[in-house]
Amino acid sequence: MNLILEPIVKILIVLFINLTLVSYLVLIERKVSAYIQNRIGPNRVGPWGLLQSVADVVKLFFKEDIVPKDANKFIHSLAPVISVVVAFSTFAVIPFGNKITLYGNEYNLVIADVNVGVLVILALTSLGVYGITLSGWSSNNKYSLLGGLRSSAQMISYELSMGISLIGILLMTQSMRLTQIVAEQGGYIFGFIPNWNIFLQPIGFIIFLVSTFAETNRLPFDLPEAEEELVGGYHTEYSGMKFGLFFLAEYASMITASAFIVTLFLGGWQAPFIEYFNFSPFVISLLQLSAFAIKVLFVLLFFILIRWTIPRFRYDQLMNIGWKVMLPLSLLNLIVTAFLILINIL
Amino acid sequence: MNKFLEKSEIKRLKDLTFWQKLFIPEIFKALKITVKQIFKPSFTIQYPEVKFQKPESFRGSPILVEENGVERCVACGLCSRVCPALAIDVQAAETTLEKERYPEKFEINMLRCIFCGFCEEVCPEEAIIMSSDYELSFTNYNDAIYGKEKLLVPIEKVKERLEFLRKNR
Repeated sequence: MNLILEPIVKILIVLFINLTLVSYLVLIERKVSAYIQNRIGPNRVGPWGLLQSVADVVKLFFKEDIVPKDANKFIHSLAPVISVVVAFSTFAVIPFGNKITLYGNEYNLVIADVNVGVLVILALTSLGVYGITLSGWSSNNKYSLLGGLRSSAQMISYELSMGISLIGILLMTQSMRLTQIVAEQGGYIFGFIPNWNIFLQPIGFIIFLVSTFAETNRLPFDLPEAEEELVGGYHTEYSGMKFGLFFLAEYASMITASAFIVTLFLGGWQAPFIEYFNFSPFVISLLQLSAFAIKVLFVLLFFILIRWTIPRFRYDQLMNIGWKVMLPLSLLNLIVTAFLILINIL
Repeated sequence: MNKFLEKSEIKRLKDLTFWQKLFIPEIFKALKITVKQIFKPSFTIQYPEVKFQKPESFRGSPILVEENGVERCVACGLCSRVCPALAIDVQAAETTLEKERYPEKFEINMLRCIFCGFCEEVCPEEAIIMSSDYELSFTNYNDAIYGKEKLLVPIEKVKERLEFLRKNR
């Protein structure tokens, strides 16, 4: 009984938190962008515009759902579903906390502790391309098709350097289990710097971060939906809740991507210097949970700030950076890491 | 080359330095700028509650000046002639007053008016001037055609505008 019930409860909680975070992330993004542009942003619906996302969702639900005349109707409806499923299911393997003891029972704060967690995430994120490409193809619209093609080309080019930049970490931890990767990041370098992978693999971190931007189609790599050139990109022909699903998927994949970054490079749920204080185990697990949440929010804020800071890359620049800079750099990083491990420095 | 340009010489680097080619320090510079903007006050005016301070030269909807209970207009038709949007319709008639002519009908179609202020400029009697009112909205076409009863405004209310016009004519 517990074997079935426990994951279901965890899934529901994580899904609920994710969905709420998505709606507020949209609001945060709008607010931050407004402040950057010396505006105020949404402030009419509810205090400080807190209910703006609710209003937006209600609006999307009541909008007419238009399907283009010659579109492939089945794939046209399937594509947003793929995007959303992929975006949310990735969170299943991410450990968002250490073990927590509630009413005498010990719970692992991860939905599925898979021994190939990193591979699962990489596989699922590359599935995300299908959502975008299929939506572009099935819309029967040249702009959508171009957006879809661009996205698949972009994701394939950046997935390579993303995967290779990860291998450095995998070599150091010698495991693909995400819980173990996080557990290895406890402790300190020289006694005061937290033993996070960002300090051990700075180049890997930068490559991974940039590739994540490309993977989640965020600016400066949002070519699939470059509105100046492609109307709306792959979701030009979507309306109503189907468009809403794409919107949801974009922000959900942002959340999972930043959770992934936090898990791999920023120490996951590890809260540094926590053991110097005499907290009870329960408080410690709560603190670790909030440490994870704070780190994820910080990365999300970084995502948002970058979006409103840097202009979009040209398509040839994008490909140049992907193939001529990121890939050789990640390979170099891998070789250096492997060499350092070989001579027992790392 | 003029003085101003010499002063603010624009430097353009065609070849980027090594640090600039790395992108990342430059990105952090850019981030510094955007983060700085967050803490600056915003320019937004909360419109229905707060309204912006109109400058003296603001051109709102045109109105007719009413002096001693009668409009100043002598129905010469210049405004209707000069109106680029053909928004003004004047029909003259005779009157026993000193001015001898008055507009029997004076209509401005607010859907056509482009607030250019030509009518105000051309009027020899200072009879039609631009007010500061810009909040015009209608639910049907006929409401948008302003007749004399809507256009006439007593002279006391538009003193400022008249003074501004005399100063700048």
